[in-house]
Amino acid sequence: MNERNRVPLPLAGGEVLAALLLCIVPAAAQPVTPPARYANVQLADPAKEQSARALMETLRCLVCQGQSIADSDADMAADMRALVRERIERGEKPASIRDWLIARYGDYVTYDPPLSGLTWPLWLAPMLLLGIGGWIARSSFRRRTR
Amino acid sequence: MKRFALWAPLAIFALLFAVVASGLFRPAEKVVRSAMVGKPIPDFALPAMVPGKPGLTSASFRQGQPRLLNVFASWCIPCIAEAPQLMRLKAMGIPIDAIAIRDTAPAIAGFLRRNGDPYARIGSDRASQVQLALGSSGVPETFVIDGRGIVVKQIIGDIRPENIAEIAQAVKDAR
Amino acid sequence: MIAEAGLAALWFASALAALQLVMAAIGIARGRHDVAAAVRPVAIVQGLLALLAMALLIALFLNSDMSVKLVVENSHSAKPWLYKFAGAWGNHEGSMLLWVAILGLAGGAVAIFERSLPERTLTATLGAQAAIALGFYAFLLFSSNPFARLNPAAADGLGLNPLLQDPGLAFHPPTLYTGYVGLSVAFSFAVGALVTRDVGPAFAKAMRPWVLIAWIFLTLGITAGSYWAYYELGWGGWWFWDPVENASLMPWLAATALLHSVTVLATRDGLRAWTIMLAVVAFSMSMIGTFLVRSGILTSVHAFAVDPERGAFILALLALYIGGALALFAARIGTVRAGTTFDPVSREGGLVANNLLLSVILGIVLIGTLYPIVAASFGVQLSVGPPFFNKAAGPIALLLVAVMAVGPLLRWRRDDAKAVLRRVMLPIGATLAAAIALLFIWPGVLPWAGLSLSAGLAVASVAPLWKRKLTRTPLFTYGMVVAHLGIAVSLAGMASDSAFTKETLVAVRAGEPARIGPYTVTLDGISPVIGENWSALEARLTATRSGSETILRPQLRFFANPPTSTNESAILTALDGQLYTVLGQPDGQGRWQLRLWWKPFVTLIWFGGVLIALGGALSLLGRVRRERRAAIRSAWA
Repeated sequence: MNERNRVPLPLAGGEVLAALLLCIVPAAAQPVTPPARYANVQLADPAKEQSARALMETLRCLVCQGQSIADSDADMAADMRALVRERIERGEKPASIRDWLIARYGDYVTYDPPLSGLTWPLWLAPMLLLGIGGWIARSSFRRRTR
Repeated sequence: MKRFALWAPLAIFALLFAVVASGLFRPAEKVVRSAMVGKPIPDFALPAMVPGKPGLTSASFRQGQPRLLNVFASWCIPCIAEAPQLMRLKAMGIPIDAIAIRDTAPAIAGFLRRNGDPYARIGSDRASQVQLALGSSGVPETFVIDGRGIVVKQIIGDIRPENIAEIAQAVKDAR
Repeated sequence: MIAEAGLAALWFASALAALQLVMAAIGIARGRHDVAAAVRPVAIVQGLLALLAMALLIALFLNSDMSVKLVVENSHSAKPWLYKFAGAWGNHEGSMLLWVAILGLAGGAVAIFERSLPERTLTATLGAQAAIALGFYAFLLFSSNPFARLNPAAADGLGLNPLLQDPGLAFHPPTLYTGYVGLSVAFSFAVGALVTRDVGPAFAKAMRPWVLIAWIFLTLGITAGSYWAYYELGWGGWWFWDPVENASLMPWLAATALLHSVTVLATRDGLRAWTIMLAVVAFSMSMIGTFLVRSGILTSVHAFAVDPERGAFILALLALYIGGALALFAARIGTVRAGTTFDPVSREGGLVANNLLLSVILGIVLIGTLYPIVAASFGVQLSVGPPFFNKAAGPIALLLVAVMAVGPLLRWRRDDAKAVLRRVMLPIGATLAAAIALLFIWPGVLPWAGLSLSAGLAVASVAPLWKRKLTRTPLFTYGMVVAHLGIAVSLAGMASDSAFTKETLVAVRAGEPARIGPYTVTLDGISPVIGENWSALEARLTATRSGSETILRPQLRFFANPPTSTNESAILTALDGQLYTVLGQPDGQGRWQLRLWWKPFVTLIWFGGVLIALGGALSLLGRVRRERRAAIRSAWA
């Protein structure tokens, strides 16, 4: 597999900070531009911010080892947060933002697997398991002779 | 009936085992491929990155000739490794445009000076918005786009000498 | 020298495990009482040798012996001694050795303390334990040798992942592993009982304390892990349905069901097949969890970095043990005389519902965790995370809470539905009262249901104590009360955190205040700080609340070996919640980013977890005391 300059575990410290302390060699080169505005700034409207936050917690960070974009320090996650907030600000619905991202990255990008031919067993599982379990449990009960 | 029920747990376990075992040795997909392959390139208009080189718009990919779109940055180390391959592709007559991710003009200018400049146009994507719109998830990545603006192929990671032939072929097929 | 001694101890232990297995097989098959009797001492020595191997590995880490590969890859001479000690199990090989050491310890403990089982069944149990141990010894010796040498020795090591350099590492894995691996005893008991066809109340009474011990440690281990992740990872989350987290939850769900099932078998001779199956499933989940975490098959921040070859080895072991146990179950369980039956409306019925719901949740978590692998075999990459698990398992968990409230109030064997309704009037009233009160601050559907049910469960869990003489109530009844109360408390914490948490992201200069919940937080300044093996930028924050001030010092910490940085959050714990502060990046213009959370009642989550474990401990104490009293009485009779 060709090499990529993946951002490592989402804990990248800023080089500015490193310069203030003892010399620490950064593990991989990091971008030098500040993050997009809405990456780390909340929306003014609390309801919109709540809606944005709820969506961010369901979107997967593509360069991390299993985190949502709400929980990640990676730059790509920051840019995705900015994208989500900007679009919510403009009035777009969370579902449409998610669909836009799925159109670009596939179902991998959402932690909420969309119902499809491949995922219906997943979503049906709770009911199915309850049914099977209930049927098995019947045999434990005494047959009422009344 | 009861007989069947007793052996069911073992059967289910065997099934799960088969699924997991087959997954174990399949090469794990460690990268996220773009879902835009086969779809039209999204509309965008990026400002120029360095003086003297025009910025990049999606319209320039609908001029009838296939082009390469290289996603790179000055802070990206494998991009340095792939620069010679890009120069070779340019020498073969394949037009290459670029998007610079989260970068600054002086840094890009320095990068081009040190590693060569195969690009016809470079757009500045400060907030990775176009990168996200393309379904790209890191640098470097290269997209082959045909003359009608459809994304034909995505190469993830730096271009190696062995990839040159397949890229050239993809460009030829896209004509 | 120490490394070679450790390796030798491991070889001897595995040889003894083989001997133990052979002797147990001969003892049972040929009816050789003398051979069977000798299995006990062999099990004890085997356990001691495995423990010795672990102790020697720890010694190598404490001495920073850089001629041992594992120490070089995971330690550094400049580390504080606590992380050298705990770092011994902060990696794949070391933690696998810990696994095996606890497995040996558990087998040895059964050999020493188990007096009430008939000898044949005990021999079969110890034989099963030896069979499991053999597989894992082989895995260690042939595929994950912790004592491998590095020649020439390195000058110094690569250091321990900074995320692990925390007191949590000293506590969380050993506790969790004692839980996981302790369930192997239940598994071995189940296999032993199937082999000797001895499934009955005596068997259940013997197995129960072992299940309780494992379950208590597992509860504590998961609670500790959750709290550690919460304060360490810097985002205020305490559970992410991450594959590794699920790997610890699944054995816990099975063990909880087993715990309840074994009591029914012990006191009413019912649920024989359920109990045996759950004992097999519980440890199977432990083994599956071990596999998932180490095979590289699923991505997770918690996963060990291992390769598919090792994964294949564990998978083969899984096939052998789980497949073998399930086949044995299918072949033998029919010939085990069926236990007594009971009415649907009865304590047993409630416990069947409990088993059923716990198993369904277990199934959902398992399917959700494995589904990405299934999808990958069809060429599709997908992610299954909190939105799925919360939606799928949440409602079922709430249903379980309702069953938990009613269950202890039901009579054994047969109860009258109308009488039951009368008994649960007060808990239902509490639930409705909470539900109506909460309508005014509408917290969202799931939290609303969770908080209401939590109120009902809290009232219902102390209900068994009403109309009883408190001093004459058995200790294990108190255990049940405290454990169920713990669930109610934990649930309230979870719902409250999910519904009422407030978050603020600000970029402030020194002196600029930020408001979050009832607090005003002001940045006083940033200063550099040096630690034992790290340096940091520390923010001095003053948090004010109705007059009183507290200083908080969150840090951005930088490590040299390996070169990484971490966020050290600063948390202020008040009676009604926690103020969680994290220092972010500077914006280059003199402002610093702060992430602030106000989390009302979030500590209830872990306080509840501790209560649950405490309830288990009370139960254990109560049962052990009662067994001992009964043994004395029968000795005198």
